[in-house]
Amino acid sequence: MGKLHQMIERNSIVLVLMITIVASIGGIIEIAPLFTIQNTVEKVEGMRVYTPLELAGRDIYVREGCYACHSQMIRKLKTDVDRYGHYSLAAESMYDRPFQWGSKRTGPDLARIGGRRSDEWHVRHLKEPRKVVKGSLMPGYAFLADTDIDPQRIALSIKALQWAGDPYTDEMVKEAAKDAIRQASPDMDDAESIKERYGEKVQIRDFDGNPARVTEMDAMVAYLQMLGTLVDTKALRAAVKAQRQAAESKPAGKAKEVAAR
Amino acid sequence: MEKNSCRAECAISLLPVLAVAALGGVFTLVGKEPILVFHGAIMALSGALAALYLFRKMLAPPAEIPLEYNDKIIRAAVIMILIWGIIGFGVGDIVAWQLAYPNLNFDLPWTNFGRLRPVHTTAVILGFGGNALLATSFYVVQRTSRARLAGQVTPWLVFWGYNLFVFLGVTGYLFGVTQSREYAEPEWYADLLALLVWIGYFWIFLATLARRAERHIYVANWYFLGFIIAFAMLHIVNNLSVPISLEYAKSYSLFTGVQDAMTQWWYGHNAVGFFLTAAFLGMLYYFLPKAANRPIYSYRLSIIGFWGLVFTYMWAGSHHLHYTALPDWVQVLGMSMSLILLVPSWASVFNGFFTLNGAWHKLRYDPALRFMTLAVLFYAIATFEGVFMALKPVNALSHYTDWTVGHVHAGALGWVAFITIGSLYKLVPWVWHREGTYSRRLEAWHFWLALSGAVIYVGAMWNAGITQSLMWQTYDANGQFVYSFMDSVDMLHPYYVARAIGGLLYLVGFMIGAYNIWLTINPPTPAEIPSTPETRPLPASGVVAQPAAQPAE
Ligand code: HEM
Ligand code: HEM
Repeated sequence: MGKLHQMIERNSIVLVLMITIVASIGGIIEIAPLFTIQNTVEKVEGMRVYTPLELAGRDIYVREGCYACHSQMIRKLKTDVDRYGHYSLAAESMYDRPFQWGSKRTGPDLARIGGRRSDEWHVRHLKEPRKVVKGSLMPGYAFLADTDIDPQRIALSIKALQWAGDPYTDEMVKEAAKDAIRQASPDMDDAESIKERYGEKVQIRDFDGNPARVTEMDAMVAYLQMLGTLVDTKALRAAVKAQRQAAESKPAGKAKEVAAR
Repeated sequence: MEKNSCRAECAISLLPVLAVAALGGVFTLVGKEPILVFHGAIMALSGALAALYLFRKMLAPPAEIPLEYNDKIIRAAVIMILIWGIIGFGVGDIVAWQLAYPNLNFDLPWTNFGRLRPVHTTAVILGFGGNALLATSFYVVQRTSRARLAGQVTPWLVFWGYNLFVFLGVTGYLFGVTQSREYAEPEWYADLLALLVWIGYFWIFLATLARRAERHIYVANWYFLGFIIAFAMLHIVNNLSVPISLEYAKSYSLFTGVQDAMTQWWYGHNAVGFFLTAAFLGMLYYFLPKAANRPIYSYRLSIIGFWGLVFTYMWAGSHHLHYTALPDWVQVLGMSMSLILLVPSWASVFNGFFTLNGAWHKLRYDPALRFMTLAVLFYAIATFEGVFMALKPVNALSHYTDWTVGHVHAGALGWVAFITIGSLYKLVPWVWHREGTYSRRLEAWHFWLALSGAVIYVGAMWNAGITQSLMWQTYDANGQFVYSFMDSVDMLHPYYVARAIGGLLYLVGFMIGAYNIWLTINPPTPAEIPSTPETRPLPASGVVAQPAAQPAE
C-alpha cells in the first residue's frame, strides 16, 4: 500500500482521477438501473398528469416550503398504513418534479389527503390553522386567498413539463392558461371541456368560496383535494388480496413474490 | 523576482463573468417577478464590476508577484464566516422559536417557517460552512505546498461569486424561489453561477498543488480535493432541470418521482459526506495536529479513512428512503454500505484522538483545542448514531421525527461548527499576525456556552424524537391508535422551548466569539508583529515549514 500510495499522493492528476473514479461507482450502480429496470415504477390505472390548476397549487406548495413539515410518502409500515392509508406507490409520484416525499413530519402525511376534508375546511385551515386545529404549529396562509393565479406562467410550466417528457398533449399545452381558470369556474360554458383532456375524475368547482376570482387558494385546495386520489387503492387492495389467494395453492416462494408486487 | 501580467488568466475569467452579467441583464429586462428582476440586477451589477476589475488588471503594467502567501483572501473569507454564522444561527433560532410558539410566523409570506427554514440550512451549510472551507483550504494548501496560492484574480472571483450564489439562494427563498431539494434549493441560474465558481476553485487548487515545493500532497489536501470533485459531480447531476422561461425563476427537475428521490438523496447524503464531513476532516487533519503540536498519529489510518470515505459514502444515500416506494434492493444496499461507513469514519476519529496523545494537558488552558477535541467526539457520536439510524428497523422509528433533527445537529453544532470555531481561533492570529486571540477567557466562555447549547439542543431532540415515534406506534388492545397526531405535537412543546434556549446559548456564544475575533483583528492596543517566516514560503532547502503537520511515518 505504501509504495502505491506514494505514487498517488505525489501526482495530483492521478489523485484527481482516482477520486473521480472511486466516487462515481456508488452512484452509477444505484441510480442508473432505476431508469432502466422496468418494474421500478409499477403500471397502475388512473395516473394522469396534473391539470394546470393543480400544478399551480403544487408550485405554491413548493414555494411555501410545505415539504419542510409534511411528507407525501406513506411507507410500507403497518403504523404508517393504519394512520394514513394504502402505502404510496412509485407510480403515484411519476409526474412529480421534484418529488415531495419530505423528511420530517412536523405535520401529518399528506399523500392521501385528497377527499378527506371539505373545501371549506381546507380554506379555513389554510387561513387560520391554529383556530381550526388546536395546538397546531402551522403558519397561516391567508394571503393565498388574496393573490390571483398567473395563467400565463402556468402555461409556460406545462410547456416545460411537456418538453421534459411528461405526456401533455399539444392541445393541453395550448389550452393550459384557460384550463387553469376553467377548473375553478364551473359557471363557464366550456368548463367541462377539461374532462376531455384530463379525464372524467377531474374536480371542477370553485374551491376557495370566492367565485369572483381564481386565486392561489383555489389552486392550493384543488391540488390538496386530488392528492392520492388518482389510483383506486381500494380496488388495488382487493386485487392484491385476490392474487394472494390464488397464489396460496402455488409454492410458497411464488406467493411471496406476488404479494410483494 | 518574477514579473507577471494578468493577460491569460484575466481574459479567460472574463468569459464567465460576462456570461453572468449578461444573464442578469436579461432577467432585469424581461423578468416578470420582482425577485427575478432584483436577482438579475444584482447579477448584472456584480458581473459588470468584476469585468471592470479584470480590464484594469489586464491593462495594468506587469506587476511583481509578491512572495508572500495570499492571506488577504483568507481574511475576507473569515469575515464572511462570522457574518453567515450569525445570520445562520440567528435564523435557526428564530425557526426554533416558531416551532415552540407558532404565532411568531406572523402569517406573512416572507416570515413563515417554510420559507425561513431553508434560509437557515443554506446560511449555515453553504454560507458559514462554505466560507470556512474556502478560508481553511486556501490556508492549508499554501502552507503544506509551500507555495503561494495560484491565480491573481481567480481567488477573488471565486470568493465573491460563491458568496453571491449563497446570497441569491437565501434571498430567493424569502420570495418563494426554491427547487425544494434539500440543501440544493437555489434555482437554476444560481446553480450555474455556483458551477462556474467551482471550476475556478478546482483550478486554483490544482494549480497551487502543481507549484508545490513538497513532493507529497499532504493528507488534508486529499480531503479538500475529494470534496471539490465530489461536490461538482453531485451539484451538476442533482440540479439538472428545465427552466420554464427567462421571465420567471421557476424550473422543473429533469427527473421524476422515484428516480428524482434517489438522485436527490444521493446528493443530500453526500452533501453531508463530502461537504460537511470530508472537507471538515481536511480542516481537522491540519489544524488539530498544529494546535496540539503533535504529528498525525497514523499515516496508514489516514489512507484507509480517506479512500474508504470517498468510496462508501456515495452508496449510502438510500438510507434516507427506507420503506418508501424506492425498490428494496437499493434500500438494502444503502443500509449495508452505511454499516461499512463506520470503519472509515472512525479511522479518522482514532487518528484524531491518538494525535492528541501527549498533548491532553493542553486542553486545560487552550479552549480552541478543546473545541477541536470535542468536535472529534461529536463526530464519533454522530457517525455512530447515523449508522444506527441507517438500519431499517431503527429508521422505521427515527425517520420523519425530531430524532433526525437531533442527529443532524449533533453533527452540525458539535462537529462542523466546533471544528470550524477551533480552527478559526488558530487561523485568525496566524493570518493577521497576532500572537494569539484577544482573549482566552472569552474563548472559554464561547466554549462553555456552545457546549451547553449543543448538549441541550441534541438532548431535547433525542427525547422529543423517540417519544414522538413511540406515540405514533402505540396501539391499544383493540388495535386502535392510543394517540392522535395532535397528541404527539402537544407533547413536543417543552422540548421545542428547550431546543430554542439551547440554540440561543449557542448563538450568544458565537457572537462572543465573533467579538473576540473582531478585537483580535483590531486590537485596542495595536501590536503588529512583523512578517514572520510563516507568512512566506521558505526556500526548498530550508527548514520544513510545518513539522507538526507532516505525516508521522
Ligand atoms: C444556533 C444554532 C442552531 C439552531 C437553533 C438550529 C435550529 C434548527 C431548526 C429549528 C431546524 C428545523 C427543524 C425542524 O424542521 O423540525 C433546523 C434544521 C436544520 N439545521 Fe439547524 N440550527 C442551528 C445550527 C445549525 C448548524 C450549525 C447547522 C449546520 C452546519 C445546521 C443545519 C441544519 C440542517 C441540515 C437542518 C435540516 C434538518 C433536516 O432536514 O432534517 N443547523 N435547525
Ligand atoms: C457514518 C456517518 C453517518 C451515517 C451513516 C448517517 C446516517 C444518517 C441517517 C440514517 C439519517 C436519517 C435519514 C432519514 O431517516 O431521513 C441521517 C440524516 C442526516 N444526517 Fe447523518 N449520518 C452520518 C453522519 C452525519 C454527519 C457527520 C453529519 C454532519 C452534519 C450528518 C448530517 C445529517 C443530516 C443533515 C441529515 C438530515 C437529512 C434530512 O433529512 O434532511 N450525518 N444520517
